[in-house]
Amino acid sequence: MPGIIGKKVGMTSIFNADGKSIACTLIEAGPCVVTQVKNTETDGYRAVQLAYDDRKEKNTPKALKGHFSKSNSTPKKKVVEFRDFRAEFDHKVVLGNEIRVEDIFAENDFLDAIGISKGKGFQGVVKRHGFGGVGQSTHGQHNRGRAPGSVGASSFPSRVFKGLRMAGRMGSDRVKVVNLKVMKIYPDKNLILVSGSVPGAKNSYIILEK
Amino acid sequence: MSEQLINIVEEESSKIAREKIPAFAPGDTINVHYKIKEGNKERIQQYQGVVMQIKNKGTNGESFTVRKIASGVAVERIFPVLSPFIDKLELIRRGKVRRARLYFLRGRKGKAARIKEKL
Repeated sequence: MPGIIGKKVGMTSIFNADGKSIACTLIEAGPCVVTQVKNTETDGYRAVQLAYDDRKEKNTPKALKGHFSKSNSTPKKKVVEFRDFRAEFDHKVVLGNEIRVEDIFAENDFLDAIGISKGKGFQGVVKRHGFGGVGQSTHGQHNRGRAPGSVGASSFPSRVFKGLRMAGRMGSDRVKVVNLKVMKIYPDKNLILVSGSVPGAKNSYIILEK
Repeated sequence: MSEQLINIVEEESSKIAREKIPAFAPGDTINVHYKIKEGNKERIQQYQGVVMQIKNKGTNGESFTVRKIASGVAVERIFPVLSPFIDKLELIRRGKVRRARLYFLRGRKGKAARIKEKL
C-alpha cells in the first residue's frame, strides 16, 4: 500500500460547499526519504522503506548511520516499511529519493491513518470495555456502581475464562482509522488536511496509507 | 509551532468569508442576508436583530447570536461566521453596551430592551 509518514498537528474545522462544518485533522506529512527498496528476488517480498523527521547525528547509533548513508540521507527518527507500493509510484521509489505528500495523495482521495492512541492509564471496565455499570442507586446498591460483576460463577465453571474483559491498561494502542477524506493539501508546507479525527496526541507520528 | 500551522489553514480557509463581513460587536444591530435552499431553488432571507454574543472569536468555529422580536415572539438565531450561506451582512446600528454577553436582554421587553447607540 502506498503511504507516507507524518506528524499530527492538531484539529480545526472547515465548511464544505453544502454549508456543513467538517471537523478536520491537520497532519504534517513528509517529505520522506526512500531508505530501502525491497524486492522479491533478494527479500522475498516487495516493500519500500521510508524515513521521516530529522534526528541529531550525535544521537544516532553507528549502525543506523550506515543504513542512512546507503541512501545518502541524513539520519531520521521514524522508519516505516510499506508493503506493495503500487506500480504507478515505481518511478518515485528510487533509493535516496524524496517522497512528498502531493506525490501520493490528491484532494478528495480517501486514506487510512494509523497512530498510537493516547494512553488512558489503568481504567475500569465501564470506560475500557463499555460495560453498562449499574445505573441504580436504590435496590440494595452500595458503592458497586462501576464494578464488573461476577467473573467466574460458582461450581461451574468455577474458573475465570481466558480473555474475559476486565479492568487494566487502556490506550497507547496502535489504531487504524479507515476512509478519511483528504480535504486539502498544502504542498509547499507539507501539510495535509483530512476529515475526522486521527488517533494519538499532537506531535505523534501518523502513518497515512492510501 | 503547531498553532502556527493551524493558523495557516484557518486563515486560508476563512479568507473569502471574512472579507464579506464587516466588524461588529455585541449590542450592534445587524441585518443578515441568509441563503435558504428550497428544493433546488435558492432564495435570500433577511434577518435583522441585535447581536447578543460572539462565540469562539478568531477560530473557524466562530458564531454569533442575533436576537429579534418577530411578531411578538422573541427569536434567537445562531449563525456560523464562516457559513457559505451568509450572503451579506449589514451593520445597521452600533450599540453601546458594557458586557460581551447580553443575556440580560432575555428578561426585558419593549422600552427596557433598548440599547443606546454608540456614536
